[in-house]
Amino acid sequence: MDFNQDHFALFGLTPTFAIDAEALDRAYRELQTEIHPDRFAHAGEAEQRLAMQWSTRTNEAYQTLKSPFARAKYLLELQGIQAMDANNTAMPAEFLMQQMEWRESLMAALAAADYAGLQALEQAAKAEAERLLDLLAADLDARRDYPAASETLRKYRFLEKFLADIDNAYAELE
Amino acid sequence: MALLQISEPGLSTAPHQHRLAVGIDLGTTNSLVATVRNGISVVLNDERGRPLLPSVVRYLKDGDPVVGYDAQARQSDDPHNTIVSVKRFMGRGLKDLIDPSTLPYHFVDAPGMVQLKTVVGTKTPVEMSAEILKALKMRAETAMGGELTGAVITVPAYFDDAQRQATKDAARLVGLNVLRLLNEPTAAAIAYGLDNSSEGIYAVYDLGGGTFDISILKLTKGVFEVLATNGDSALGGDDFDRRVYCWMLEQSGLSVMSDHDKALLMAKAREAKEVLTEHAEARITAVLTTGELIDLTLTEGQFNELTAGLVGKTLTPTRKALRDAGLAAADVKGVVMVGGSTRIPRIQAAVGEFFGQTPLTNLDPDKVVALGAAIQANVLAGNKREDDWLLLDVAPLSLGLETMGGLVEKIIPRNSTIPIARAQDFTTYKDGQTAMTIHVLQGERERVSDCRSLARFELRGIPPMVAGAARIRVTFQVDADGLLSVSARETGTGVEAHIEVKPSYGLTDDEVARMLRESIDHALDDVDARQLAELRVDAQRLVDATQSALAENGVALLSQSERAAIDSLLGQMNAALATGDPSAIKRATEALNQGTTEFAARRMDVGIKRALAGHKIEDIGI
Repeated sequence: MDFNQDHFALFGLTPTFAIDAEALDRAYRELQTEIHPDRFAHAGEAEQRLAMQWSTRTNEAYQTLKSPFARAKYLLELQGIQAMDANNTAMPAEFLMQQMEWRESLMAALAAADYAGLQALEQAAKAEAERLLDLLAADLDARRDYPAASETLRKYRFLEKFLADIDNAYAELE
Repeated sequence: MALLQISEPGLSTAPHQHRLAVGIDLGTTNSLVATVRNGISVVLNDERGRPLLPSVVRYLKDGDPVVGYDAQARQSDDPHNTIVSVKRFMGRGLKDLIDPSTLPYHFVDAPGMVQLKTVVGTKTPVEMSAEILKALKMRAETAMGGELTGAVITVPAYFDDAQRQATKDAARLVGLNVLRLLNEPTAAAIAYGLDNSSEGIYAVYDLGGGTFDISILKLTKGVFEVLATNGDSALGGDDFDRRVYCWMLEQSGLSVMSDHDKALLMAKAREAKEVLTEHAEARITAVLTTGELIDLTLTEGQFNELTAGLVGKTLTPTRKALRDAGLAAADVKGVVMVGGSTRIPRIQAAVGEFFGQTPLTNLDPDKVVALGAAIQANVLAGNKREDDWLLLDVAPLSLGLETMGGLVEKIIPRNSTIPIARAQDFTTYKDGQTAMTIHVLQGERERVSDCRSLARFELRGIPPMVAGAARIRVTFQVDADGLLSVSARETGTGVEAHIEVKPSYGLTDDEVARMLRESIDHALDDVDARQLAELRVDAQRLVDATQSALAENGVALLSQSERAAIDSLLGQMNAALATGDPSAIKRATEALNQGTTEFAARRMDVGIKRALAGHKIEDIGI
């Protein structure tokens, strides 16, 4: 078996952004059931080492394909595109403006301990994140427009970070 | 020494042999050992029928250390030499300990880990834990009538790398083969999950004597997948005792006391806490060495008030774990209670309230971890060709490196499924820089000073280049025990400087040998003889594994000449074992390992193909 095959091939999936999450979970579980180090705890050194390598590789592939961000970034890498490269930072002005507005609202909601405000902000950001994911699917799978997908991905990254900050804000309010 | 039995090459005896394997719960307050007997996991009792072994070690001026109930009984007579809750010191420096002045021990600050001065000299927490493990090992070997093949030892899920490494080192000191370090809540989930065969999301709330863990698990078709874990490795029943103890001092207006009296009152505080799990109030009476009399009554209401802060302190990590798992309390199908401290009624009520359901307490919270560990040990030892369940656990804390400005760059995020490896590239800061310090840290905070320093090593021999031109690739690997190893190499120019480190607090082979020599009952024992015995065990294990692999798919995967080559290596191994020459056994072991690598790889491929085939058949709906 080829250690260099791509993550999709490892799980017997086609390399597209839209994936069957259940099929991924199932393939992951079945593969780990065969190769996890716990299956080789009583085996020889060579098998133990291989089991750790395969299991590590399987975890890495699973984590990459499970996360929409990592999966899209990986699909672009398969096309030779480093979407998150430090040179790829140009973003449309209106997008950045909206991000700044949202960040200000977040600070305000946090300062005022405004739980409802935080929830409203979270809903708006989640809706935008969903929209970007749909766009990513269209960019990557239907149009195969990889430069466009790269920009959408960078936008999505902003949203993910912002949602993580909202999570932290909830934690601070608790 | 009994002669080792060697079977004929090619004849597989391994699958029929029942290997003696145990699960060990090395607890803060109590420890247990369990095994699977006739398919059922059972705790092994001591010769007087008692399941628990108090985790108390007492060092004597003459003679072997005493472990367990006998040591516990002398706690207040001999407080300096009677060590309780040693688990709290594992992998900890003096500065990590909360209020060491309230403890009756003579601490010695040492790099990496604190040490304690006793009547037989300075001892490390690793050596003390080894005494407890030795007592459990002897109990198991007596009960099972043979030498142990291996053990699964449980650790709190929130234990960091230093604490895990220290636990593994303690096992090494007593010659226990550690099949796996298993997280305590995960062990409890195995014990519960296999009994109830349920699917869904479960939370395991584990409040022991000195540690608190919360784990969120998903059970799907026999796979136990830990989604998130959190906790506090310095919060447990001991803290409840201390609150009661402080209340007692306050009520009776005592301040300065002898170590004897401190130990006596701590024991009384604990008794009161235990009484309150079943009664509305507890009477506390004691006569101090000064002749002073203490006579107090503590009600459950007062106790709850005193400890409300501690209960609250367990709910914060619980919330964090749920958030990391991306779940709400309502998604949790069952809450498993583990650890003696969950007997406290107020805790059961608070956890029930938080999750909106009555927690599960049908298995003994003191035994459930050991029972689960034994089930896992039985599988890992190879006694059961176990295809129907698997554990996928996580690394509890983020791992990273120090970068410019005293900040931590995270490389492996917390709650990553293990085993895992991650690499990241770094570069030089100055022109002509030829060395780089790699500082490995564990923790969630951004600043180096707020995280735990695991190791610091230097990568030398970087070819001089302009700043930013070198490419230093640092790789973190966390194995299935949750233990980290780090390697770094310069890849930019093809000139490779490569270094592999285990974090520095782990014991070196020399240190283990020294500790063995120093320990009283090994003074007469020959260290060389012991090493030979270990080599033999390792060699035999490899022979067994190779033979069962050959029996399973030797015919299908090997050509006749390949098969003959492995048989010849097995023959050489048997010859080496017969000579009893350590270096010959070592050489033969290495040769057999080397010679079976390709076979191992083919076997692994068979497994991978089998997994994918099964998956495709399901896809087309057969």
